[in-house]
Amino acid sequence: MTPLQTCLLVSALLFSIGFAGAVTRRHAILVLIGIELMLNAANLNLIAFWRFSAHPEALTGFIFVLFSMAMAGAEAAVGLALIIAIYRHKKTSNLDEVKELKG
Amino acid sequence: MSPFFIITAVVTLLGAVFAMSLRNLVHCALAMAVAFSGVAAMFLQLDAQFAGFAEILVYVGAIAILIVFAILLTRSGETPEKSVLTSGWWAGIAVTAMVFTILGWAILSSSAVPKDLPAAPVATVKNIGDALMTKYVLPLEIIGLVLTAAMIGAVIIALKEDKKDNSGGEQ
Repeated sequence: MTPLQTCLLVSALLFSIGFAGAVTRRHAILVLIGIELMLNAANLNLIAFWRFSAHPEALTGFIFVLFSMAMAGAEAAVGLALIIAIYRHKKTSNLDEVKELKG
Repeated sequence: MSPFFIITAVVTLLGAVFAMSLRNLVHCALAMAVAFSGVAAMFLQLDAQFAGFAEILVYVGAIAILIVFAILLTRSGETPEKSVLTSGWWAGIAVTAMVFTILGWAILSSSAVPKDLPAAPVATVKNIGDALMTKYVLPLEIIGLVLTAAMIGAVIIALKEDKKDNSGGEQ
């Protein structure tokens, strides 16, 4: 197995763990943690592809990771604000109890 | 790969597993910080020093603390007695297994993976700053705008609402 494949496998595992947590856990904050883990897996992929690419001096993957981190920061801030607003309205952050839009 | 990389990967994955499986939310947040530190260590070993330290600053420094504050504000620090899984958790696990199988198969059978190990690239802060200020200056400005909008939006969403304005809405 090449080093790139090792990195990609670790990142696929990290993504799967984050995905499993995001779809199976009940608490809204844990879903957000799962999404952060998935974003980190994507960042790890980008860094690995940048490191083992033919032209790393172009810095493309690297800059992409920096922007993706900024987006993750924005996403976490808005997500947590939404969780706090839902908690204030419903007095719960259990996702099974927030189902007004369920058909 | 070096044994040190394997150890970091194992620590990261264990942190992620604990972050997703522990019952107490505060413990989950701490395990998440461990996982993020592990990812930062992997960035360092992949010669991306700036991204590694940015990872520690942004994820361990800001997002983990933000999540701890959200746990505090939603009063969910205690260990719940009821089940912590959603009603259809087995379907989620099945989908996860399928996703991982497909990803793993694609990675191991891909012919696009280069066999040789290229020399370590140099990503000094000077190079990164040059790239950000010349080639990527428009994305940089846009990301600044996005961050400002997200911050204002987060403050507005989390603001305490006036009870009077809420007469039409469901309360």
